[in-house]
Amino acid sequence: MQLWELTMCQARELLDRREITSAELTQAFLDRIGLVEKRVRAFLTVAGQQALEQASEADRRLGAGERTPVLGIPLALKDVLCTRGLPTTCGSRILENFVPPYDATVVEWLRADGAVFLGKTNMDEFAMGSSTEHSAFGPTRNPWDLERIPGGSSGGSAAAVAAQECLAALGSDTGGSIRQPAACCGIVGMKPTYGRVSRYGLVAFASSLDQIGPMTKDVRDCALLLGAIAGHDPRDSTSVPLARPDYTKALNGELEGLRVGYLEEEEGVEPDVSRALGEALGVLESLGARLVPVKLPHMPYALPSYYLVAPAEASSNLARYDGVKYGFRCGEEGGLLEMYCCSRSKGFGQEVKRRIMLGTYALSAGYYDAYYRKACQVRTLLVGDFRQAFKLCDVIVSPTAPSTAFRLGERLQDPIQMYLSDYFTIPVNMAGLPALSVPCGLDGKGLPIGLQIIGAHFQEERILQVAYGFEQATGHHLRRPRL
Amino acid sequence: MIHYEPVIGLEVHAQLRTASKIFCSCCASFGAEPNHHTCPVCLGMPGVLPVLNRKVVEFALKLALATNCHVAPRSVFARKNYFYPDLPKGYQISQYEAPLASGGYLEVPLGDGATKRIGITRIHMEEDAGKLIHDEQRPLSYVDFNRTGVPLLEIVSEPDMRSPEQAVAYLKELREILVYLEICDGNMEEGSFRCDANVSVRPVGREEFGTRTELKNMNSFRNVHKAISYEIERQVHLLEEGGTIVQETRLWDEQRQITYSMRGKEEAHDYRYFPDPDLVPLNIDRDWIQSVRAGLPELPAAKRNRFLSQYGLRAYDVGLLTSSRSLADYFEACVERFQDPTEVCHWISGELLGLLNRDHRAIEECPVRPEQLARLLALLEEGRISRRIAQGLFEEMYLSGEDPDKILGRKGWATMSDQESLSQIVEAVMREHPNEVEAFRAGKTKLLGFFMGELMRRTQGQADPKLAQKLLKERLGGG
Repeated sequence: MQLWELTMCQARELLDRREITSAELTQAFLDRIGLVEKRVRAFLTVAGQQALEQASEADRRLGAGERTPVLGIPLALKDVLCTRGLPTTCGSRILENFVPPYDATVVEWLRADGAVFLGKTNMDEFAMGSSTEHSAFGPTRNPWDLERIPGGSSGGSAAAVAAQECLAALGSDTGGSIRQPAACCGIVGMKPTYGRVSRYGLVAFASSLDQIGPMTKDVRDCALLLGAIAGHDPRDSTSVPLARPDYTKALNGELEGLRVGYLEEEEGVEPDVSRALGEALGVLESLGARLVPVKLPHMPYALPSYYLVAPAEASSNLARYDGVKYGFRCGEEGGLLEMYCCSRSKGFGQEVKRRIMLGTYALSAGYYDAYYRKACQVRTLLVGDFRQAFKLCDVIVSPTAPSTAFRLGERLQDPIQMYLSDYFTIPVNMAGLPALSVPCGLDGKGLPIGLQIIGAHFQEERILQVAYGFEQATGHHLRRPRL
Repeated sequence: MIHYEPVIGLEVHAQLRTASKIFCSCCASFGAEPNHHTCPVCLGMPGVLPVLNRKVVEFALKLALATNCHVAPRSVFARKNYFYPDLPKGYQISQYEAPLASGGYLEVPLGDGATKRIGITRIHMEEDAGKLIHDEQRPLSYVDFNRTGVPLLEIVSEPDMRSPEQAVAYLKELREILVYLEICDGNMEEGSFRCDANVSVRPVGREEFGTRTELKNMNSFRNVHKAISYEIERQVHLLEEGGTIVQETRLWDEQRQITYSMRGKEEAHDYRYFPDPDLVPLNIDRDWIQSVRAGLPELPAAKRNRFLSQYGLRAYDVGLLTSSRSLADYFEACVERFQDPTEVCHWISGELLGLLNRDHRAIEECPVRPEQLARLLALLEEGRISRRIAQGLFEEMYLSGEDPDKILGRKGWATMSDQESLSQIVEAVMREHPNEVEAFRAGKTKLLGFFMGELMRRTQGQADPKLAQKLLKERLGGG
């Protein structure tokens, strides 16, 4: 077995037992990156030298008897997370040369705990997209089929984990950007409850929806990594002051008597995905879970509302990229307005500009009530729908995405088709709930399918419990793409 | 001939004197090297988040309670979106639909003893922007972000003022309250207290308002008065000639003494306000309000009324003494030790403020402590020193900060109050002026002043005046 084939938990044990060193482990991943990265293109930056230095420092700490969940563990970070001294581009031309002088809180915590950062992963520009094709630096490819998209926007992180170029990665999820690529790449990805993980240093797309989360090879790794990044951060006013639990304790495989909700009507879902969902429900039932049909009456309004709220917030969040202080600048010879227009026209890609315009429109005088305010009201109704549903069940399962990974370029000219990739994931962000995608089989083309498990607010442990039981019973998570 | 009545509403921006900025821990003070009071948060770098400074809320609550406002139990921060190089995030965090406080009022003294109630529409918190510095030689501009994120209160009045004088009176009262509360230093020139005015005119007796213009760029009370006066005249003139007022922003040009239209882009702004998703709604419970209320100092209006009734001073003097909390405190500390308010007021408004103003010093920097002034007044009243000596003594105290008794001793200005030596001097004066003695005894009693003068000259003013007069009368009258 190669070192890069290990899970994070396996590597953890070997490191703790001093059977391997972090330096060896890190070198193994750098070699692996050297081998497959030309085909996958998961990374925007590989920080090999820095990673090796971090690894040897981790080995020193391990030698001194120190133990943390991530000490010496080589990770990849989505390029939306600020890393001190390491470029943070958000997949955008406008931030091409931006090197933050500060760490995101999660990066700071992981750094303090001795994690090794292999590099920064590719993404749709400013996390806007479901295919990673909207990266200004070219698309990432799905390790299962290099002609297909890895999902997005955290496609680089998903592909890096699936291609075993890192032990685990962090992504960010605003409307499905962790779960959908996790599903496409056959890995586990979790969006925690809004407020569970600090957003400080996560370059904002839509502040009321964004959340950082783990992307891993299996559920146990997910629990371990979530535990390392969850917790209250006084620098984020929306971070919730709750103690961080040991999520691995929830992994007992017990599903007896657990009520699993499912949605009865699912339109636009590929037959293979429907079939996989049906099988998954059967597995859960066989493990002792009780299946409960639930209704989310306002779910059809979630996607259109999301495409008002998220662009509205984005239009404001992205106003700071004006060419004044950092990032891409042009047109300065023509005066201030010319500099603004040129820098933003050339610095941003098409999808980002589309959303800035959508959002600007939704917030405009005379349209605010009809669009932005109405969309916020829909959010409240969605929260109510889920609250009702969670009276009847402990978790809700659905497909993560209506389809498996599509071909590169297939949906680029059809934004609505692209947006529909997030049909099942978006309501979760709108309601601020936690949800996880776990592999639940392959379709006829041999592409991974993801099962989404949604929990009530701050019920991450319940989700992990169900996901772990399912994973152990099926073994879908053990499948790896051939590269 | 139609008579017009002006209608004026004011928007004040008051910079708060908190130690740190409103959403980060950077120092909020004025006057540092450009861009030295900055961090990723106030620079609006990618990914950073604001965290509300609790002190700012406390300061805002103080003003809200002092201006009789209703405090919202739940208020919301909103983003005001616009592009400008001094605004690093491309939006200003402010409050919009749900401000901290609303529906208050101020009783504003109008000078003639009457007061007028001016409504306060709302008070909200927001962050200040940075400052642009333009290169005079080259087409180049620099940005200083020190001021970015310094906390501001915006105080919006009702359109309740009907003259430039009322507007200035309202501003002065509001400024005095802010300074009393020690939450703003009220400096119009440095920009810690800024004012915009909404001005319209309407025929006397008409209910609805005329079209208003917004005046900006007035950095002193004098300029506020002048700009509003000019604008009223301009609007009346325009209407009388059959013109119409355009709703617009106009700037006061101090050089030319006119207002002129800003026109163009500024007017076309749609700020696209929406609740800031990075900040949670601000909840304020009764306990917080109660504790702030309990900590409020006596406010200017209450202090003025008390000074009038308690000390029996003239309205003018009361206005002067209560113009700052420290000055009022100084006065009261003196009166506590020397119970003649009129005399204390006389010395403070004359000698003390004279010297302080000459040296551009604030009362807080006064070298003479209240107990020292009280002691001087006691010495004077007891006749231990003459008024002339007292004045010299006060100047010495101001220069050295020493106690009056110590100075008197050091200078040899101790009052001659021993009967024996004074009697000898009385004898000597009489011996030198036999003609005057005779005249006095013949009934020309006015000459007593002459003898006192001579006596003081010989003692260099140190004779106890009461005792000297008594001795003179005894010797002259009895001889």
